[in-house]
Amino acid sequence: MGATPEIAVIDDLIRQRLDEILPQKLQEIQEAKTPSMAIIATKGTLDWAYPPFILASTAAAMGWDVTIFFTFYGLNLVKKDVSDLKISPLGNPGMPMKMPFGPDWFKSINWNIPNLIQAGIPGFETVATKLMQQTIANNGVAKIEELRELSQEAGVKFVVCQMTVELFGFNHEDFVDGMDFVGAASFLPVAQTADVTLFI
Amino acid sequence: MNFDKELDARGLNCPLPILRAKKALTELTPGQTLRILATDPGSVKDFQAFAKQTGNELLSSAEKNKEFEFFIKRK
Repeated sequence: MGATPEIAVIDDLIRQRLDEILPQKLQEIQEAKTPSMAIIATKGTLDWAYPPFILASTAAAMGWDVTIFFTFYGLNLVKKDVSDLKISPLGNPGMPMKMPFGPDWFKSINWNIPNLIQAGIPGFETVATKLMQQTIANNGVAKIEELRELSQEAGVKFVVCQMTVELFGFNHEDFVDGMDFVGAASFLPVAQTADVTLFI
Repeated sequence: MNFDKELDARGLNCPLPILRAKKALTELTPGQTLRILATDPGSVKDFQAFAKQTGNELLSSAEKNKEFEFFIKRK
């Protein structure tokens, strides 16, 4: 770059010095920084309600700045009433179907019920949901209401996609207090500077 | 070990022991100690990570009869 010999020497010295002090400086900056996380919550079933709220509440408990952007079916997670969140074993081969009651040998059976039968029995999802709610209670796992409340108490910011609110015919009054109704342009700058960004 | 407050998180599962502990710690003054009882096997690593991340010191972590006992000093 046409540098004079003197400048080349200075550049070398600077590089050498930077190598010495930069790692520590970067570590100091990293440690002084409040970690942040931006989550996009897009699922509206009882099972998928857990990951966003578990991660958000835990991160907030560790002092992180957390924002959750609720969009599409994720809107169901911030409605005032979440007692109607359901789980569906239909077409979900990853979901173990075990009974939350009875002797141990009975509880260990994985009921392999064909999709065709699941689809044909009225109320199958309702029963599956009740059984899952019982399993959740048996295992000392928090209810969604509780994790959501703890998240909000700990300062997790909830933002809601206005477009999908309208698309699904919801009203602002359907949702818990303390929400911002925004668009993608408001969320992206938050995600841009977040250390952790998750799409759930 | 002496402690100033106790949290019974037995029977609770992830992330409740951490969330309850965080809440209990905020009710202590700096330097005071919280004793936590838990049964969640994941809580051993979780409390280590929580302490490291938040700067509250994990004074001890022990297991007896499938129960876990932690002492955390508030920063």
